[in-house]
Amino acid sequence: MIRFDHVTFQYEKADSPALKDVCLSIAQGEFIAVVGHNGSGKSTLAKHINGLLVPTEGTVTVCGMRTDDENNLLKIRQNIGMAFQNPDNQLVTTVVEEDVAFGPENLGIDPKEIRVRVDEALKAVGMTDYAEYAVHHLSGGQKQRIAIAGILALKPQVLVLDEASAMLDPSGRIELLETVHRLHDSGMTVVMVTQYMEETTGCDRIVVMKGGCVLLDDTPQEVFRHTDLLLESNLVPPETVIVRDSLKSLGYSIPDDVLTAKQLAEALCPSK
Amino acid sequence: MRDITLGQFVAGNSVIHRLDPRTKIGMMILYIAMTFLVKKIWFLSIPFAYLIIELILSGISLRYILNSLKPVRFLLILMFILNLFFTKGEDVWLDLGFWKLTGEAFLQSCFLTLRIILLVAGASMLTLTTSPIALTDGLEKLLSPLKVFHFPAHELAMMMTIALRFVPTLMDESDKIRNAQMSRGADFESGNIFKRGKSMIPILIPLFVSSFRKADELAIAMESRCYHGGEGRTRMHQLKFRLIDLYAILITLAFLAAMIVTLILL
Repeated sequence: MIRFDHVTFQYEKADSPALKDVCLSIAQGEFIAVVGHNGSGKSTLAKHINGLLVPTEGTVTVCGMRTDDENNLLKIRQNIGMAFQNPDNQLVTTVVEEDVAFGPENLGIDPKEIRVRVDEALKAVGMTDYAEYAVHHLSGGQKQRIAIAGILALKPQVLVLDEASAMLDPSGRIELLETVHRLHDSGMTVVMVTQYMEETTGCDRIVVMKGGCVLLDDTPQEVFRHTDLLLESNLVPPETVIVRDSLKSLGYSIPDDVLTAKQLAEALCPSK
Repeated sequence: MRDITLGQFVAGNSVIHRLDPRTKIGMMILYIAMTFLVKKIWFLSIPFAYLIIELILSGISLRYILNSLKPVRFLLILMFILNLFFTKGEDVWLDLGFWKLTGEAFLQSCFLTLRIILLVAGASMLTLTTSPIALTDGLEKLLSPLKVFHFPAHELAMMMTIALRFVPTLMDESDKIRNAQMSRGADFESGNIFKRGKSMIPILIPLFVSSFRKADELAIAMESRCYHGGEGRTRMHQLKFRLIDLYAILITLAFLAAMIVTLILL
């Protein structure tokens, strides 16, 4: 569905490219986490998916359309919904439902159909009761859910989250993650760019970025086998993985695919 | 700060509140025309009656109207006094040698002051009964025929929408910056007006910088949500011109006609 073909990208006035010869393909229905330290190129990667940035070399193809063709952009952005870091700076209007309607309004959809889409989108993120609230009365997590509702109203096939949880408090982050997982369960392809490794354990695949290159691209089980590589790229694995590894180094036998607290507990006390 | 009501809109569900914003803008323009047509003080009773009817129908308390007059009170007093001095007349009430207080001057002062009061009160009826969002929508629709002459009606409305959206956000932000500067020893309370004005700089500059960043991020977010200007854009909330809007306009026109009749007859 999304294909990066030898993509290199250099910002203007930058000394070195932000992306170096990146090859990546994402299939429909996948849940992918893109992780990396600051400056690893993960956000740059995300902005290539909906054509906000166009590769200096190589091509990005989305649903069969190349992002460097300007005529495709509107179609691509309709299929690739994108949520950003700061919840305040991506809401356009004062009232929740008007903001959710902003995307479909831009596409010139019939008002009745927009109403239906807005109600569905608000329901999907569990914010139906807040439809007529003023945006600035909501919490960070709620604002981010409204931002996602605004994207869902475009009926995209892919949801890209560009560090959407970075500015939220812990409860807001859980709120957001639950919403995203629920959307994935209902068939949405999700690309989640994040710094928080513990958010990635439930994904299908993790892409680890370092210095503009793809360092690892594998299932969470495989990626968290290489804790040394992660630490080298300044990434801290989830606590459960750290505990697993330290127990292993003490000589306890624990299977390598243990990722979550539940799996760890089952590995330690199999009786229960 | 968080509960700031934008503009001076008073939420309600009265007949006036439910009128189409375009109707209300039209009513206000007709009302202003009506008030300017008045030539004799007694005929101010026509726009006054109109205003009172609108006020009663809207269920808005008189206090809000009086509040809206507060900012212009000095202008009103000044106008009143200046006209007392500079209007010539025959009917002398008081003679101080260098200046005579005449009946005509007093009447003229009252007339002009009352007219301004009626104008301001009438205009604030519009903003009191129409939410800023509805007002923006109405203005966009009313101005859209001017698009033929390349008038940026949609852009203007979008700018107003975004400005309204960011007023509370920027208020919060300026609060934060103020507290941050105060905790570093900044003093905003003492000194004369110039010193205080100067002490605002450490608030304004960070606020400007962050506004530019916000604008940048918002532009990217809007672009990601397929925004490409006003062309081919629809709205979820459609403005509807209903029968009641027609009545409202007709009644206002009737008042205006009455005004014109008095002009012709007298």
